Amino acid sequence: MPVLEGKELRIVGFLCNWCSYGGADTAGVARAGQPTDLRIIRVPCSGRIDPLFIVKALLGGADGVLVSGCHPRDCHYAAGNFYARRRLEVLKQFLPVLGIDERRFEYTWVSASEGQRWQQVVTVFTERIHQLGRAPRFDDAEPLLKLADMALTSLRPLGTGQTAALDELKDAIRAKLPELDCVIGWQQGYDAAHTVPLFIRKPEDVDKLVWGPFNVNNPAVYLPSFKGKKVGIVVKGCDSRSVVELLQENLIRREDVTIFALPCEGTLDMARVNEKLGRYQRIDSVSLDEAGATIVADGTEHRFCMTEYAQGKCYGCTTPAAVLADTRLGTPTPVQPGTVVPPELALLDSMSLEERMAFWRGQMERCLRCYACRNACPMCVCRDFCISDSRNPHWMSQEDSPREKLFFQTIHAMHLAGRCTGCGECQRACPVGIPILALRQQIARAVAQLFDGYRPGLDPAAVPPLLGYEVEEKNIHERDWK
Amino acid sequence: MSMIRFVTADGLPGFLAHLAKDGQRVLVPVEKPANKPSVVFEPWQEGKAFTLAKATVPPKEAVLPQCETLFSFKKAKDPADPARVSLQLEEAPPPPPTVVFACRPCDARGFAVLDRPYLHGPFADPCYKARREALTVITLTCASGCNTCFCHWVGGGPSSPEGSDVLMTAIEGGYVLQAITPRGEACLAASALPDGAEVFPRAEEARKAAWQSLEPAPDLKDAPQRLAALFTDTTFWQEQTDRCLSCGACTYFCPTCYCFNITDEGEGLSEKGGRRLRSWDNCMSSLFTREASGHNPRNAKALRMRNRVSHKFATYPENWGSFSCNGCGRCISNCPVCLDIRAIVLAALEKGADA
Repeated sequence: MPVLEGKELRIVGFLCNWCSYGGADTAGVARAGQPTDLRIIRVPCSGRIDPLFIVKALLGGADGVLVSGCHPRDCHYAAGNFYARRRLEVLKQFLPVLGIDERRFEYTWVSASEGQRWQQVVTVFTERIHQLGRAPRFDDAEPLLKLADMALTSLRPLGTGQTAALDELKDAIRAKLPELDCVIGWQQGYDAAHTVPLFIRKPEDVDKLVWGPFNVNNPAVYLPSFKGKKVGIVVKGCDSRSVVELLQENLIRREDVTIFALPCEGTLDMARVNEKLGRYQRIDSVSLDEAGATIVADGTEHRFCMTEYAQGKCYGCTTPAAVLADTRLGTPTPVQPGTVVPPELALLDSMSLEERMAFWRGQMERCLRCYACRNACPMCVCRDFCISDSRNPHWMSQEDSPREKLFFQTIHAMHLAGRCTGCGECQRACPVGIPILALRQQIARAVAQLFDGYRPGLDPAAVPPLLGYEVEEKNIHERDWK
Repeated sequence: MSMIRFVTADGLPGFLAHLAKDGQRVLVPVEKPANKPSVVFEPWQEGKAFTLAKATVPPKEAVLPQCETLFSFKKAKDPADPARVSLQLEEAPPPPPTVVFACRPCDARGFAVLDRPYLHGPFADPCYKARREALTVITLTCASGCNTCFCHWVGGGPSSPEGSDVLMTAIEGGYVLQAITPRGEACLAASALPDGAEVFPRAEEARKAAWQSLEPAPDLKDAPQRLAALFTDTTFWQEQTDRCLSCGACTYFCPTCYCFNITDEGEGLSEKGGRRLRSWDNCMSSLFTREASGHNPRNAKALRMRNRVSHKFATYPENWGSFSCNGCGRCISNCPVCLDIRAIVLAALEKGADA
């Protein structure tokens, strides 16, 4: 039995080949004593480090992860560590929402000549991990299910779009339709209390277009599949942000897309609506008024006030009007200044790290990996070539463990960092109601904090923060290794 | 007349406790609290709360787990002669005897649909067979239809006994349990429940009322040939699937979808070893048909959905004589864009009628 068994912890180090790996070597040649807990993986550049390496290590049982690269301005590839710095800082702020102590992950810069600094970094980090002790294992967490509080106050009056200029919108679409391949909007679904996306190709299809609180789907998800074709899209404010983000990333071309917009007064949380309607055979009537919807199902009347039954995202929405549109009709209601912490994120904020891990352990158990969350996401543009389906690299196994399922959610969330506009389609699409939007919201909050309030999908000319860097980052600071 | 028993509503936990004795796994519907609550089947334990609501996820897992280890393997060195290496295989342990409690008639018919290819084809699947033979199905008959379900369109109904061992019907004050198969009879005989022959007419009345509450069903007898005739009509399929997102919700929440994938996970042929897994696959995924060359014969969502609908309503009936859709409606209610399989089948019928 090795003498250190039981005394060592599992710390994984990702070291850049050109600086930190050399620095570790220098420390060794100088016979600088170091703790032995660290297992080093050499990578070409800190920019090569996918944040998922770190999450995979931490979820897989590592007690700590240390990343070290060349000092900023000293990258062998000029800018790899600048990109890494942004990604790793976002990751550091993301880990706590999973229930992982962010102190278990650190990144730093050590050059090839800094043997002494390396010795200090390893010693300090290892000491820190020993103080934290063994990392709690996700697999061992006792499932904890808690409900978010949906009693929220909205930043603007919510309504049902009674005065929306739907007829003018239809005229505008009819006029433009001959130039377009199709126009995406909404139509009635299997009954009057559900709508589904509509694809208008013929003038008579225009009459099927509906507007109101049942228009929950984000039609922007279909845009990349129309690449190279002229397509129109009817948007709510939140949908328009997805369109803008797609433009920001050059995934669609501005000249191909015609945007029609009406001001949105909020949409219904269909999960809670369906829950209240319960098991019914037919909808007798749906009537809308300024304050909400009244649905009669099998002779029983149900009332849904928008202030009570809106989607969680609608309460804190600051863009009821489209941020970009070619045809804009109607005037949006003004939005009060302020912020609303999204309900599921507020729930997680109120929990301890242990509780959060237990929460995800409990939530992920019922995930079937149907990937409705992924496919409903307008920013998931890899479609048939998703990394989670890949056998090489083999990020995900076919195992159905909650850990594997949470790891997929981490992949989705990390790939949306600085890109997610918070449309909430992932969570709405989930057939078993796992509150996965909270993971994306935590990243969005971190991105806003780090990059001066940046919010994705507001400016078609803005570069998404993780696709760029500043040589001197305003809000990311070098840590002290004393 | 078959064996009839009666259990009061308060007596259900006691009945479950009886079923769960001797280590039998009893899968019961459990509600998972969330803002969008869902109902899933989970093993019952003393004191565990359960519901009799229709489950969001069907109990298919009882015979076809989302992921199962077929066997594990590892390389072992002979200590006397390290050059000699042998491969050790370890079979998965036999499945535990299982009771599915309070599934719905559509779920139970799902087992009957799965049985045909897995048991009655040229080869019986040993893993499926072991699970199926250890399974008892206690089905709760439905009191009404719902907005998305359509069991009576496809040969089922709110009290269809197909696939069930025991049918359970709610009446005032409790539930009437009716044995359908010898296995169901044995299950009821072993219980201490009182005879229910006297109240059985009330159960029959409830079942009749449920049937009468259903909306009239269209005639689907021409569906197989109409859909088969539309196989090459890609425009039809594109129109029908415009809004499909090509996720796997419809297949993974379906009680009769049975395609699987086999993968090896772990360290391969090393001393650490690996596992051969069988897990659900779905025809909505690009990987389902992508060939090693990179060519994909079903490269668009329309072709994938065509496969799903045609399989349920054309090719399965051709092979086995009945639809493989049970009309549970989960593919509609769980679909992020409410893609409606009923509408596709009806559109195919209408299109065929025009021709």
